Amino acid sequence: MTVMENGIGASPKRREDFRFLKGLGRYTDDMTMPNMTHCVFVRSPVAHARLGKIDLTAALKSPGVVAIFTAADLEADNVGGVPCGWLVTGRENKPMVEPKHSILASGKVRHVGDPVVAVIAETLEQAKDAAEKVSVDYQELPAIVDMKKALNGGGTPVHEEAANNMCFDWELGDKAATDAAFAKAAHICKIDLINQRLVANAMEPRAAIGAYDLSTEEHTLVTTSQNPHVIRLLMGAFVLNIPEHKLRVLSPDVGGGFGSKIFHYAEEALVTWGAKKVGRPIKWVAERSESFISDAHGRDHVTHAEMAFDKDGMALGLKVDTLANMGAYLSTFAPSVPTWLHGTLLAGQYTTPAIYVNVKAMFTNTVPVDAYRGAGRPEATFVLERLMSKAAAELGMDQTELRRKNLIRTFPYQTPVAVVYDIGDYEASMEKAMALADYKGFEGRRSAAKAKGKLRGIGVANYIEACGIAPSSLVGALGARAGLYEAATVRVNPTGSVSVMTGSHSHGQGHDTTFAQVVAEKLGIAIESVDIIHGDTARVPFGMGTYGSRSLAVGGTAIVNALQKVIDKGRKIAAHLLEASEADVVFENGAYQVKGTDKKKTFGEIALTAYVPHKYPIDHIEPGLEETAFYDPKNFTFPAGTYICEIEIDPATGQTEIIKFTAADDFGNIVNPMIVEGQVHGGLTQGIGQALLENTVYDENGQLKTGSYMDYCMPRADDVPSFQVTTTVTPCTHNPLGVKGCGEAGAIGAPPAVINAVCDALREYGVGHIDMPATPEKIWRIINSAPVAKAAE
Amino acid sequence: MPQVVMEVNGKSVKADVMPNTLLVDVLRTNLSLTGTHVGCDTSQCGACVVHVNGQSVKSCTMLAVQAEGAKVTTIEGMSQGANLHPIQAAFKEAHGLQCGFCTPGMVMSTADLLSRNANPSETEIRSWLKGNICRCTGYHNIVKAVQIAAKNMAVKVAAE
Amino acid sequence: MYSFDYSRPGSVTDAVKAATANPEAKILAGGQTLVPTLKQRLASPSGVIDLGGIADLKTIKRDGNTLVIGAMVTHDAVARSAEVKAAIPALAALAGGIGDPAVRNAGTIGGSVANNDPAADYPSAVLALGATIVTDKRQIAADQYFTGMFSTALDAGEIITAIRFPIPKKAAYAKYEQRASRYALVGAFVADTAAGVRCAVTGCGAGGVFRSPEIEAALTADFSADALKGVKISSANLMGDIHGSADYRAAMVPVMAARAVAAAG
Repeated sequence: MTVMENGIGASPKRREDFRFLKGLGRYTDDMTMPNMTHCVFVRSPVAHARLGKIDLTAALKSPGVVAIFTAADLEADNVGGVPCGWLVTGRENKPMVEPKHSILASGKVRHVGDPVVAVIAETLEQAKDAAEKVSVDYQELPAIVDMKKALNGGGTPVHEEAANNMCFDWELGDKAATDAAFAKAAHICKIDLINQRLVANAMEPRAAIGAYDLSTEEHTLVTTSQNPHVIRLLMGAFVLNIPEHKLRVLSPDVGGGFGSKIFHYAEEALVTWGAKKVGRPIKWVAERSESFISDAHGRDHVTHAEMAFDKDGMALGLKVDTLANMGAYLSTFAPSVPTWLHGTLLAGQYTTPAIYVNVKAMFTNTVPVDAYRGAGRPEATFVLERLMSKAAAELGMDQTELRRKNLIRTFPYQTPVAVVYDIGDYEASMEKAMALADYKGFEGRRSAAKAKGKLRGIGVANYIEACGIAPSSLVGALGARAGLYEAATVRVNPTGSVSVMTGSHSHGQGHDTTFAQVVAEKLGIAIESVDIIHGDTARVPFGMGTYGSRSLAVGGTAIVNALQKVIDKGRKIAAHLLEASEADVVFENGAYQVKGTDKKKTFGEIALTAYVPHKYPIDHIEPGLEETAFYDPKNFTFPAGTYICEIEIDPATGQTEIIKFTAADDFGNIVNPMIVEGQVHGGLTQGIGQALLENTVYDENGQLKTGSYMDYCMPRADDVPSFQVTTTVTPCTHNPLGVKGCGEAGAIGAPPAVINAVCDALREYGVGHIDMPATPEKIWRIINSAPVAKAAE
Repeated sequence: MPQVVMEVNGKSVKADVMPNTLLVDVLRTNLSLTGTHVGCDTSQCGACVVHVNGQSVKSCTMLAVQAEGAKVTTIEGMSQGANLHPIQAAFKEAHGLQCGFCTPGMVMSTADLLSRNANPSETEIRSWLKGNICRCTGYHNIVKAVQIAAKNMAVKVAAE
Repeated sequence: MYSFDYSRPGSVTDAVKAATANPEAKILAGGQTLVPTLKQRLASPSGVIDLGGIADLKTIKRDGNTLVIGAMVTHDAVARSAEVKAAIPALAALAGGIGDPAVRNAGTIGGSVANNDPAADYPSAVLALGATIVTDKRQIAADQYFTGMFSTALDAGEIITAIRFPIPKKAAYAKYEQRASRYALVGAFVADTAAGVRCAVTGCGAGGVFRSPEIEAALTADFSADALKGVKISSANLMGDIHGSADYRAAMVPVMAARAVAAAG
């Protein structure tokens, strides 16, 4: 295939980079509005308490105060709670417990950081001064932090509606068949593991500006969102009762999301509602320590799993029993994460015929948990890939051999956990990764490391993920309260330039470049003639936004479909101008040409004709050249790959160094290889961060002990190596670009690869499993066989 | 209100500021230089790095009044108009940025590094940039960008 | 940040006057601890006295067998100083490993020593090298200076003007960084000095920086990394937290000390 300059498959440099590199990005906090006020939230310092009297007397007298709001003010205006976007139905058709999530805490506070009072003042410092003068009577209740204790019903329930703190008890798979498989097993591998709670930590803290125009009765919300239309829908319809045509939501440049900016948050609703109340714009910007206690967290599963094998190492069955933490309230998509985004991925790349998974979702007095890069899929992959390596060690097999033996090789493949993989070639990516990692030569390197006193290990992980969650009819049946299509409008301007309005949102992904490449290729025009517009409900007709690695597979396809409509309409115009039959006109290299002749019209000429319709088939075509498409995929896409991590442990300290990390991914066709590699690098680093560094620690009273970068360990430049990244290609069978999605792969595949390597390095110490993060102290204790002392405090 | 006089991006500026104002707030609010970002409140993320008298400092960890008489350079001062500084160009070339939020601080830290060490090793680059947190790139392409910048700047120096 | 009065005296004398006039005022050196504390509203001093305008405090000079570093010399200036590298390369290396470059460009030795953060690097060098803290009114020996976590022998309003480091025969510092904050989880500074072998440990002492008699005894007998094999440090007076239990930190003390000894050559 020849690659058009700046077309599909080329790696043009990113068009958005100029403004970011010049300091000209426009993030929410960079914006001001005339007469703007500033908002500070008084947040609960305790994890669980009944709210007594809230005394605002002193605060209201504080200089510069414009207004102070509590839950009572919102209730007086019939403001709704933060809605949940997914209803999970548990065993015996029991719907999940869905407690109200007030914008400001009402009656009780349920986690440290729960917003109680909103203070609006002329300046930020004045708002902070006044907030310190707010007096709240917190009548403390015992906090429920540990999920196992929550399940046992100790203490005051987080929500009265859920006496045993359970949100739902969900299952997937054929339990009887799985039990039968275990009954005939030659070997059963068991594991208890924790997929620890993480904080997304996009570098731009969340921010929101609300404004209200009395003359037009229009509300405006500028917010750090991955999906402004979804925010408009949720906040307008469920919280503030504002119809869409009177609510504009903008998400300008957004400094990273990783899932944490999908959700509708209370602060957005407060500033939007409050701006009308005070008659002035209101800005709120999170400080990082505030982000730690108000952004939705990720992961937080406690799992017991067992995998049954026959005497030859063929997997017969898999059982997974998981407690999933929802935190104190249901965040927007929280219930979908440990269920439909987790249970459905447990087949992985293997032919395991019987799988059964049970997930109990628990309320605790902690920050709500929702999707974070990977969302459910990393949890599934970690369970399965740890089991595979652990089983291989127990069976005395090489970890790649056991995997290879069990690979799915025929497609489409119906898994026992509801999904159908359309295509893949798992052995190809395994082999490519193993060659690049020099897997065969590892034992030599292990010996060499041993000679210099280091413990070297190698870990393999095969992952599969499901991207572009769809179709709407299916996800609707599974409980989604929204469709999961995407919309795009292609507007061809009179002189042939093209404006594309997409419902996908770019917050680092490079859509301005990738989408423009697709348009340039399809229309045969220069990339400079294409503008990608996103992040504004007033400019983009509709959209579902960016998450779950869906932008290119779903949003890109919507663009392709709109482009096809444009091309088809242009063909009608061209046929008229060229006095040829439509069937004889082909569109190639940016021109409509009559087959077998040199008669042609360029795309630009057709565009101009559409807007200056002097010689025009006006009887059967409207003037203008603008088309919209909504694309609802037929299936998920299923990227897959193999990661190999090689590490060295310093036995004196237990410190782990990543010597080499190799990734071979199958993302289907790739539009911009440079951008795809960048996505993999970032995902790998987040995955390595989870495996070795990051942890979210609450004490038993529900106080967050890792509430800043002093204690929450973000991967830094000297924590990770440079990566070896390669790809294999099996094009997706059900979208026209043949693309699958690449945003989350690294964060899904890296944690088990790293932990498998650590366990491999420690094999002489009889290590079955080590929980993440595999800190130096945990490793040092294994090496020194000392009983783990209770950490101080 | 006290007045601070400093040279910002080559221009003398005066700003009325209270002593309890951070340098970053004067840059962003008084001078509308919003390229300098704030990503944390514990002085660790490096999104706010600017140069004060030629050296990288965290503008969130300096009072504006401390910059009295100083020469301050922000990301907006690194290049003029449609031009890119060789470091900025290298970040684009190597795809050393994604969401762009940490990027100004990364560029400013890199400039300080290359002013001291024209040809840093990968280890030196990674060690130097540990005060700049990026959540998007995994640092791989940032390291490449710094290497490209070093090479291009060395070529430029040789040519001069 | 709460409001405060700000002054930027041009001399130590004026700074002392300002400090005497307002005993509640905080002294601002490089600001790498004070400014974050202020901006998080964790302190509300009525005044801030900025030493940044006092040129006298920014010099490094050799005085016979002593290296004298002005209180307002930045970590970066120490790290890059030819004088320091020649006299006490371990000190230059320590300074070059503090925090990150932007912190080193602003933070000062005087500020670090006055603050005496239990996880700071400099106190270990000051104590291990047997340095003398020079203030506006007296000289304090390191062994008398560090009195506990964030606590020193300084009187209210007393201002450090310089640190005098006797030049050791050899010395080195090895640090185990807490991976989140990048402060020292365990740092060991070893020095073979005219007054004998000294080892000071930072990052893990419940009372801040401390000398380790066990390590000093072992190294006095034999100044080699091997001499520290089998040396045990009690965890009784050590800190423990989510980043490392007291037991673990105790075990890392001889490991870091041995690495320092190896680096000292």
